[in-house]
Amino acid sequence: MAGKLKFLIPIAVFAGMVAIFYKGLYSDPTLVSSPFIDKAAPVFNLPTLYDDQKHITEAEFKGRISLFNVWASWCPGCAREHEMLLMIARDTDIPIYGLNWKDERQAAQKWLRERGNPYTVNAVDRDNVTGIDWGVYGAPETFLIDGEGIIRYKHIGPLTPEIWAAEFLPRIETARATLAGADS
Amino acid sequence: MIRATTFGLLIGLLGLSFTASAVDPSDKLEDPIQNELYLAITKEVRCLVCQNQSIADSTAPLAADLRREIRRMVEEGQDETRIKNFLVERYGDFILYRPRFRSWNIVLWLGPVALMVVGFIALAMNIRRRKSLPIDEDAP
Amino acid sequence: MIPEFGHIALVIALCIAVLQSVLPMVGAQRGNVAWIATGRPLAHAQFLFLAISFGCLMAAFLQNDFSVEYVAKNSNTALPTMFKVAAVWGAHEGSLLLWSVTLGLWTSGVAVFSKSLPNAMVSRVLAVMGVIAVGFMLFILLTSNPFDRLFPAPFDGADLNPLLQDPALIIHPPMLYMGYVGFSVPFGFAIAAMLAGNLDQQWARWTRPWTATAWLFLTMGIALGSWWAYYELGWGGWWFWDPVENAAFMPWLVGTGLMHSLAVTEKRGLFKSWTLLMAIAAFSLSLLGTFLVRSGVLVSVHAFAADPARGLFILIFLGIVIGTSLTLYAYRASSLETQVGFTHFSRETFILLNSILLVIAAGVVLLGTLGPLVFGALDLGSVSVGPQYFELVFLFPMLPLLLAVGVGMHTAWRSANPRELFRRLRWPALGALVAGMFVPWLVFGSVSLLTALGVTIGLWTVIASLIDPAKKLRGKGPRITRSMVAMQLAHLGLGLTVLGITVTSAYTVVTDEGMKPGETVDIAGYTFRFEETLPVSGPNYEAIQGVFTVSRNGAELTQLRPEKRVYRVQTSPMTEAGIKAGWGRDLFIALGEQLGRGAWSVRIQYKPLIRFIWFGCIVMAIGGLVGISDPRYRQRARAKAAADGVTATA
Repeated sequence: MAGKLKFLIPIAVFAGMVAIFYKGLYSDPTLVSSPFIDKAAPVFNLPTLYDDQKHITEAEFKGRISLFNVWASWCPGCAREHEMLLMIARDTDIPIYGLNWKDERQAAQKWLRERGNPYTVNAVDRDNVTGIDWGVYGAPETFLIDGEGIIRYKHIGPLTPEIWAAEFLPRIETARATLAGADS
Repeated sequence: MIRATTFGLLIGLLGLSFTASAVDPSDKLEDPIQNELYLAITKEVRCLVCQNQSIADSTAPLAADLRREIRRMVEEGQDETRIKNFLVERYGDFILYRPRFRSWNIVLWLGPVALMVVGFIALAMNIRRRKSLPIDEDAP
Repeated sequence: MIPEFGHIALVIALCIAVLQSVLPMVGAQRGNVAWIATGRPLAHAQFLFLAISFGCLMAAFLQNDFSVEYVAKNSNTALPTMFKVAAVWGAHEGSLLLWSVTLGLWTSGVAVFSKSLPNAMVSRVLAVMGVIAVGFMLFILLTSNPFDRLFPAPFDGADLNPLLQDPALIIHPPMLYMGYVGFSVPFGFAIAAMLAGNLDQQWARWTRPWTATAWLFLTMGIALGSWWAYYELGWGGWWFWDPVENAAFMPWLVGTGLMHSLAVTEKRGLFKSWTLLMAIAAFSLSLLGTFLVRSGVLVSVHAFAADPARGLFILIFLGIVIGTSLTLYAYRASSLETQVGFTHFSRETFILLNSILLVIAAGVVLLGTLGPLVFGALDLGSVSVGPQYFELVFLFPMLPLLLAVGVGMHTAWRSANPRELFRRLRWPALGALVAGMFVPWLVFGSVSLLTALGVTIGLWTVIASLIDPAKKLRGKGPRITRSMVAMQLAHLGLGLTVLGITVTSAYTVVTDEGMKPGETVDIAGYTFRFEETLPVSGPNYEAIQGVFTVSRNGAELTQLRPEKRVYRVQTSPMTEAGIKAGWGRDLFIALGEQLGRGAWSVRIQYKPLIRFIWFGCIVMAIGGLVGISDPRYRQRARAKAAADGVTATA
């Protein structure tokens, strides 16, 4: 038969498995990669939080780098990241658009009144229609969208200064460079 | 049960529960054929917040929303492939319990076939070789 | 003080295990009789101290000692005593201790029941098992100490996970662990034989009863787990292809193949390297299962709390143990080619087919289980592999395997006459085929091709297992030895399980209804009437009980009382199904959500032949028991003499 080499097959297979396990140890299997990275922001058309008659769409994202943050007043993770969002709104020129998700209008307005409002404008998605189109499966989630309206990153769970520095800032820099290049 | 990250906590708060009969009976579709399709698809769609249940079994609100969307699409007469594509476009391949036969997923489908082929070749080679060897009649 | 005693006993057991993994091994390699003789006493001492340690942890639970963190997290004063006992292995730390105690028991068992074996061989086996024990005890002491204190001690404990508060869960983990830890014995024998360079048929004979014992425990453990999932998880499924279930199923598949292959190696001196590899693989898959369950690399329903540090420890340990064994295998196995033949139609061919297909089956399950992990590690995106995948690909190896079982067991060793066999089996086979196609159609009104095939194969395996015993009863068959009875029983059980799986999968009737008290639902000829709901309260939970009357053709059959429980401490809602069990069918009701205005969502199921699934497993396990009881394995003098003789000629 294949001679003595075939007896090495088991150990080779096992070595490959160990390598994969090692990598697997340091990644969280509950985190699901988003299929939207580097794709255009999905189409939507939703009323705003403070004015039912006014609608916003994905066209809003064009021409500047922005964040799109999925939140709800019933969501404990959102409470934890609220400070962070306020800080971003105060210290940077990046607008934060909110997707008020599966929430009550009154409760959401009360939440912003009490905690401060970091959002440029909020879209209301009570029935999780846009949420599904955006592949949202929990709040909070934060999308980074570049000047072309392309999604560059998605963070699941509360934003923290560490994640902001490690994942968002470098991508924002890249997006800025592209944006500046397009302008000149 | 789940990694104690904040996200795990979030999942916990959204309601990780092991309850049966999550599907509201009023979900039933009028047309029995459409109802079959609806049930088959919801059994194959993974609930993302509870992760080890299909949305057919899950009480999570997101599962209910997805059931509603699938129901709508089934009623509109869309076929299984289109509905699954709709879900995968939004949530990735992770959402389907049966991997689709495309891109790297093919490995998952061809792997078993390859194992069978290799196994039978090895079996055939061994038997051929043994045939030409003396049959040891004295062994216990 | 008791927890400290337990901790110290564990440390002492570890020290003994270190000695046990060194002294007897060195003794055996150098031929030092005194060192060889240390193996048995060390094995017993190790088990003794582990048992003390385990007893101390149990005492902490029984005394509600919430100053022990593990007790505080997994028990409560209101927890019924029997669940306090089960809570000892209800979470990560304690279940690892159970793992170690089980290994200690097996090691001690090898020391006792190996009087007929050469001492050097036994001491090597004990040393290999000692190495594994060292790894696990270090793991417990360094990363998962169940005796860690908590200060200040809470007033009451956080209670045992309600899912685990169930009688079946008291014996399920010990059974399961007896099973997959038991594969450390054939593993130990394989490594010992390779180290000694003494791979004759003898080691296969020594290994067989141990393998069968481990296998029968694993069979029962898996069956119990499946039964528990059926009535406790609440939605009436009995197998979910969850990574943790797969982790126990893979060693079972390979272990089953190992039992068959060992028979060939023992009787005919064939397939030596293949048998060795399977002995290594069966235990390696057990270790792998432990890694998968405890490292959090996969998403699972019943995984323990995940921790990369723990995962890394097990991975390193896994690398050392399995890596070393496979290297040793690569080195030794190449010299094991035997020049013994058989014709293409013989028992040998069928057993080779069997073990290859079982290894493929395990490979398929492994591929599906690790698929998501591999995709994640190689950045190929997230993918899910669920029941719909496994149910399909598992058939690839299983259908040919099950078809072959009935023929293989009637095929003679070395060379069989196909024509004669065909004459002998054609009527039973035809009977199975006809019955498989028409009986389901007559009983249930419809039949699909796959269902007909499944029923045919199940019936065929059952009939094939009964041909010889039936002849014997009429006084004309060949002599039936005990090992033949074992085989016939095991295959009979397999056939029954296959029948149960096929019929349940094909003909289960499920309906989800919104029902108010007073309303009725008809399914599968039964009428379910929702009478009322009652508040019920248990020792540590409150529940709402639904009362359903089941009748058939107007005659009342039974009352079912499914419950929806909320446990006081952990406040998670649990569904306790109401089940009317029967040989022919189960009737199953689970109470779901309250829909408002007195209505409840209710899941009602009619599950034909589902009991056959577990009954078949019991029959299989009894087959294993009969096999172990074969007096052949206890003929000391003969074995000893044979050992010397074969060693000389090998």
